[in-house]
Amino acid sequence: MNTILQVSKLTKKFGFLTAVNQLSFSIEKGHVYGILGPNGSGKSTTLGMILNVVNPSAGNFSWFGGAQNTHQALKRVGAIIERPNFYPYMTAEQNLRLVCRIKEVPQSKIDEKLALVDLAERKFDKFRTYSLGMKQRLAIASALLNDPEILILDEPTNGLDPKGIAQVRGIIQKIAAQGTTILLASHLLDEVEKVCSHVLVLQKGTQIYFGPVTALTTDHGYFELNATDTTALKDVLQNMSQIKEIEERGALIIAYPKEVVRAETISKMLTSKGVVLTHLVQKHKSLEEQFLTLTQNS
Amino acid sequence: MKRLFLIEFDKLRANRSSRILISVYFILLTSIALIAAIKFDIGPIEFHLAEQGIFNFPYIWHFNAFMAAFFKIFLAVVIVSMTANEYSNKTLKQNLIDGLSKREFLHTKWVMIIFLAGISTLFVFVVSLILGLIYSTYNELSIMVMDLEFILAYFIKLLAFFAFCLFLGTAIKRSAFALGFLGVWQMFEGICYGLLLWKSPSWLNAEDVYRLFPLNAMSNLVPEPFSKLSAVRNLAKQVGEEVTKNTNVQLLDVGIVLLWCYVFYLLTYRLLKRRDL
Repeated sequence: MNTILQVSKLTKKFGFLTAVNQLSFSIEKGHVYGILGPNGSGKSTTLGMILNVVNPSAGNFSWFGGAQNTHQALKRVGAIIERPNFYPYMTAEQNLRLVCRIKEVPQSKIDEKLALVDLAERKFDKFRTYSLGMKQRLAIASALLNDPEILILDEPTNGLDPKGIAQVRGIIQKIAAQGTTILLASHLLDEVEKVCSHVLVLQKGTQIYFGPVTALTTDHGYFELNATDTTALKDVLQNMSQIKEIEERGALIIAYPKEVVRAETISKMLTSKGVVLTHLVQKHKSLEEQFLTLTQNS
Repeated sequence: MKRLFLIEFDKLRANRSSRILISVYFILLTSIALIAAIKFDIGPIEFHLAEQGIFNFPYIWHFNAFMAAFFKIFLAVVIVSMTANEYSNKTLKQNLIDGLSKREFLHTKWVMIIFLAGISTLFVFVVSLILGLIYSTYNELSIMVMDLEFILAYFIKLLAFFAFCLFLGTAIKRSAFALGFLGVWQMFEGICYGLLLWKSPSWLNAEDVYRLFPLNAMSNLVPEPFSKLSAVRNLAKQVGEEVTKNTNVQLLDVGIVLLWCYVFYLLTYRLLKRRDL
């Protein structure tokens, strides 16, 4: 059984507002998934529903093939939601001990996980004395206590300073490298692009894309060109059968191909027509550009 | 069960204000024993409260169960705040995400209120037993075990009160407001009683309706013990009053209070279940 989570037609309505609309996707073992979407697109609500804190209005989901109750299944999951929530008057160690009791895992893991997130020295300090970055790292340690089969992170770098962001990202990459399945919600696209293999794109609660990141980013790409004679360049490009359309962006000409075209094909063609290139770069759309096109179209 | 208890016990033990309040509570409970020290010795008038019969078996069970209940507000503060804080710290949400079910969460709280009510009952029992053994005129076992139902009634009374606090803490989510509401509710019951006496139709007995109200039902469970005292009875007789008030634990009151316990449990669970966090 490699399906970790199966979601079908999950819907949440808050009064007249449909926060999440008929979401269906599935999460397979070993991949890193991203949930993308602007603020208010329903990312956190979706995670809230699968984590048993928000009641779905319709639809359903099942963990690990539906063999267990949601709350039993959650003992095999590690999750960090928006802000780290711990008992402020308890030390890091006491807080983690409580989590161990809830998850029914041995307390021997506490020191190991605190060391992983670099908090071993502060383990006897109360949670309320921690900085935001330390709180977030404690949350990660807590989520890892049960060596989860899937780690769910909701905006894990929100509000952190650059050093904190780098630390948290480093930890996530380390965990991903160990083969742990990860579900990461974020509006920071480069964050998702760096670590995720699959993405779910949400807009206003509706699913507009679900699939591998590569399918989203590797279209045919585009070319940036310039030549000594731009008019001739444009003429030739417009008459090439492989080119769909061209546009001018500043001093450069942008050409979008219809199919996969290699840079040397373009170069040869232009040289044979007597156009001398001064600039030729083949580019792929970044996830960010791709995301913007996706959300604009729908 | 043990796991649920330990989860709540860890939360409570680490909290300094809860620790202080609980300690103060038990110190105050012990202070009932200080009543024994009340002694006036003014010329010909010699008065030693402990020798007026209040520490006689079986009366002492009733007297102490009644007096000890006044201190329950200390534990009420602890219970309300430990519930409301789960919302303000958002730790309820985290507990659920970590794999506690909503029912298990409610049960951690219930195990704790049963434990607190139980410890308090045990404490009152032991303090009464010791005071009785020192001051009581009668020490026969058959007399000692009489009226022990007051101790059981005390336990049920406390449990129901704590269940009410738990419900208010969950419903209102702010300790101060929840405790304020408890006071308002007490007044509300009084006002309702007044209205019932004043306006209730002839087929409706105001006393019977008032008996159903939660806080009143709890206080009926252990009625005031003073009219039982021979000194008080004699005084009443002198002014021509016959004391006919029932001062025993009544099964109907026990039933009403247990029903309220169940209602508070269900209402709290419903709130937990329905709310999105």
